Amino acid sequence: MNAQAPALRDPRLNRPEPFTPPLGDGGFFQRDRSIHPPAHAPGYKSSVLRSPRQSLLSLENSVSEITGPVFGHNDLGPLDNDLIRNYAKDGDPVGERIIVHGRVLDETGRGVPNTLVEFWQANAGGRYRHKKDTYLAPIDPNFGGCGRALTDDTGYYYFRTVKPGPYPWRNYVNSWRPAHIHFSVFGSGFAQRLITQMYFEGDPLIPVCPILTTIPDKDALDRLVAPLDLNASTPFDSLAYRFDIVLRGQRSTYFENRTAGN
Amino acid sequence: MPQPLNYLKETASQTAGPYVHIGLIPAMAGFDIFEKNFSNVLVTPNTKGERITLEGRVLDGTGTPLRDVLLEIWQANAAGRYNHPADRSAGALEEEFRGWGRAGSDFDSGLVTFETIKPGAITDKTGRKCAPHVNVWIVARGINIGLNTRLYFSNEEAANASDPVLNLIEQPVRRKTLIATRGERAGKVVYSFTINLQGPEETVFFDV
Repeated sequence: MNAQAPALRDPRLNRPEPFTPPLGDGGFFQRDRSIHPPAHAPGYKSSVLRSPRQSLLSLENSVSEITGPVFGHNDLGPLDNDLIRNYAKDGDPVGERIIVHGRVLDETGRGVPNTLVEFWQANAGGRYRHKKDTYLAPIDPNFGGCGRALTDDTGYYYFRTVKPGPYPWRNYVNSWRPAHIHFSVFGSGFAQRLITQMYFEGDPLIPVCPILTTIPDKDALDRLVAPLDLNASTPFDSLAYRFDIVLRGQRSTYFENRTAGN
Repeated sequence: MPQPLNYLKETASQTAGPYVHIGLIPAMAGFDIFEKNFSNVLVTPNTKGERITLEGRVLDGTGTPLRDVLLEIWQANAAGRYNHPADRSAGALEEEFRGWGRAGSDFDSGLVTFETIKPGAITDKTGRKCAPHVNVWIVARGINIGLNTRLYFSNEEAANASDPVLNLIEQPVRRKTLIATRGERAGKVVYSFTINLQGPEETVFFDV
């Protein structure tokens, strides 16, 4: 009998310990802040008094960050992803009928399944159904301007709406927002939470928008612009735009003695 | 050239804008559209734990309350368990308690309130105990990327003193920016908080 165990033997288990890939803690990939707008972006004037000035405190992801709310089809109604019908009173809303579709992915390229995607927008004239919006373009009696969807097993989502119009806002005296749809996405953990805006290919207001140009990275800005997707359009009915959304990637985690995420 | 690392890049954040209510809490925008709505009430009659109101404001660099801000909170239940499969801790799960809520600030006062329960202490993956806390996410016009912070509880002095995250904050004076103050009003427990976006009492925000 050898008195000494081999060096690779784990004394707690008294059997050889096979080498396995380093298991992650389920934490998310560090956020690349260089592609996001800085908190303080003076060209977007509202950010000046609403931006923290101290450094953010970097936090290794704990259970509080890698977990997040879970939603299901019970949370939604049958018309929630149809903005053409979900507020219609006596007809369809005015505007270009469009389908918006795409996938919610993470940085590893995997689809993010069963995650809640919410969206809101102005009507075709650029007016929001909001008690604080006083733009002179009229409210559309048949358009609410919000919806939501759950991604499927592959991270795919889709909804139907009318293309929003551009509108003026108080930043400079002649500032106009390009046509856009706001998106809110959850992901699997609260640290993936993201709100962003989708823009439309070819909109001449994109390069002069004080909000869009807070993004310091040209490629990151371009990724917010949805291309026309003729293949997904419905002939004689609706054009389509494709918008993929990427959330932070996640290191592998333990799930029931197997690794998930690898 | 080495092999390419084919990671995708995260989608850039954009401000939620002044009309965030339309999409996330449409009743506050002034209309009803969804059959089912998310709200600032996290509890049901069956929820276990001490009922509390979280009540506070978010202040800009002049000390003025934001009146178009939206907060979301994410918390464990009274047993310290998050309602999510990645929480492998021993505390009992309550299926009915999602542990998440959202609230818009009052258009006049800027007040934000949540009706919830006080969460239990969290046991992290290493077995360490973390003081009870609520995770907070803040979006608004003028906020380009959502701000993450936490709320701890003023009557958990011992747990707060040993909490690993609070102890990461170098200046003890800044730890106080995360403590909600316990009070009572009409027999109800109210924890009050102030989130300062700037200034000498700027709240600690996290890069999670």
